[in-house]
Amino acid sequence: MAETHSLQDLQQPAVSSKVFVQRDYSSGTICKFQTKFPSELESRMDKQQFEETMQTLNNLYAEAEKLGGKSYLEGCLACLTAYTIFLCMETHYEKVLKKIAKYIKDQNEKIYAPRGLLLTDPIERGLRVVEITIFEDRNIGSGR
Amino acid sequence: YYYNSILPPSCTGHRGRTPRRKWQVFPGRNRFYCDGRVMMARQTGVFYLTLVLILLTSGLFFAFDCPYLASNLSPAIPAVGAVLFVFVMGMLFRASFSDPGVLPRATPDEAADLERQIDSTGCSKPPPRTREVLINGQTVKLKYCFTCKIFRPPRASHCSLCDNCVERFDHHCPWVGNCVGRRNYRFFYLFILSLSFLTIFIFAFVITHVVLRSNRTGFLTTLKDSPVVVCFFSVWSIVGLSGFHTYLISSNQTTNEDIKGTWSKKEGKDNYNPYSYGNVLTNCCAALCGPLPPSLIDRRGLIQADTPQTAHQSNGTGGGSYCDQDQCLQSTKFVLQAAATPLLHSDPVVLPPLPAKPASLGGPCAYLAPAQPTLPSCAGDVLTLRDTAVDSHCHHHLHLHHLHHHQHFASPEETPCGTPQGALPCPAHMHLQHPAPPVRYDPVTQDSLHEDSVRGLVKLSSV
Repeated sequence: MAETHSLQDLQQPAVSSKVFVQRDYSSGTICKFQTKFPSELESRMDKQQFEETMQTLNNLYAEAEKLGGKSYLEGCLACLTAYTIFLCMETHYEKVLKKIAKYIKDQNEKIYAPRGLLLTDPIERGLRVVEITIFEDRNIGSGR
Repeated sequence: YYYNSILPPSCTGHRGRTPRRKWQVFPGRNRFYCDGRVMMARQTGVFYLTLVLILLTSGLFFAFDCPYLASNLSPAIPAVGAVLFVFVMGMLFRASFSDPGVLPRATPDEAADLERQIDSTGCSKPPPRTREVLINGQTVKLKYCFTCKIFRPPRASHCSLCDNCVERFDHHCPWVGNCVGRRNYRFFYLFILSLSFLTIFIFAFVITHVVLRSNRTGFLTTLKDSPVVVCFFSVWSIVGLSGFHTYLISSNQTTNEDIKGTWSKKEGKDNYNPYSYGNVLTNCCAALCGPLPPSLIDRRGLIQADTPQTAHQSNGTGGGSYCDQDQCLQSTKFVLQAAATPLLHSDPVVLPPLPAKPASLGGPCAYLAPAQPTLPSCAGDVLTLRDTAVDSHCHHHLHLHHLHHHQHFASPEETPCGTPQGALPCPAHMHLQHPAPPVRYDPVTQDSLHEDSVRGLVKLSSV
């Protein structure tokens, strides 16, 4: 068994632990994550950078759920067309989710991967948590 | 593949080669049609009744009354009727077939992390399985859901019929055959609103037809051919229900909150609804024209080999290193456990129930082809009666033992999935007997509306 595992290890760094950043419901039911810096990441990255990432994410989700002229217009138009318009067009929320996915990918490439961390897009966890995977700090045999 | 080699060869025909979709391993008690595009509750009998009633009434109207009305009054009448009818059906299908806002269950890692956090708080106020949040000046308690292993967001509730946590849970509607929650509330509302207009429209024109006709032929003969009686009762009940939901929308409450009186004025406490935007117009716009959130459960997604499953895999060793392929580790545990207890392999790519399982797996679990993903989630419920007492939705998991940080898999005696059908007086049947809440409505007063719906919906929520 150990042999099988080490085969895997040579290809990819092993997961050391996972940190879960929970939702912050203090502003109601809107999608917002806590910006508090988890202690497990202290050795790996800057507090500021983390908070900046989370704040940007929160802003993006707020944009997705914003009530305003544009969203009302979309809603009314959709209702008038009996919601068939969404067969051709993406909802505003979906567009922002794509933006968020791109942002996370970007952040992972630039900031998190070099530090042995990986952000998982919250949509893959049902918008419950931001999962941060901490990989083992390996200087040898990571085989990348 | 080490993993594949230990699988009993009889399990899946294709050894996981044909990619499975996530809806096929969905842990809730829903039914999926059209390869995951359509999602409904388990009991859909009443939905077909709704369909039949609407189709029958409209059919009779178009067949018997419209020809006369079109020629004698105006062809606009059947035209408007047709538009209304199409809209009603559209909204009904949208409300019935879409995901109401189901929250996916926690992955094993998340669940373990939460458990760790809960344990570390120990005895404290508030009790470990609740969290308090201050929203807009009101203290709201977030409860921990034992089935889904998450802290429920505010306004979410666990539907015991569908066995899912649903965001902004309004109620479970048997007429629509689905829960009504955040994602389909507006469709539900538009359905009952347009249905009110349709029934009033049909009723009015049928009466007109009868009155006009009875000048020539007898009153009773004409009446016989018209769907008047059905219309008459529907008008009051549907209009009443629309009125009730209009009130709910304008005050931004859910049926659930209204019944429980969560935001009603209480003695000595400044109780108000923190979610309301303050004015009726904004509340209405937000509910009906706000952005439509996407489904969180990705029912048509393909199952990836390394997707974390929501099965109750223990993760007691937080610092343990995993293979990149979770199954590798799971299968290792599988082999180790196999000697000890009969267990469930909760890999979503695989496996009908092991032959050791008794017939209690029949019923809702057997419906899902790979039945065991549901079982671990049921089996993973922690029994703490004192905590679940407040959560009536989870009460059918009472008899489970506390599974905590052990590599336990449910033994056959502990599978509760078969039992809800037996243990409870068949919640589904309660629904079938239960009439539409506002049958006795006097649409003039909201109070009687309110009262009747409370009575009616208390039956629903007591399940």
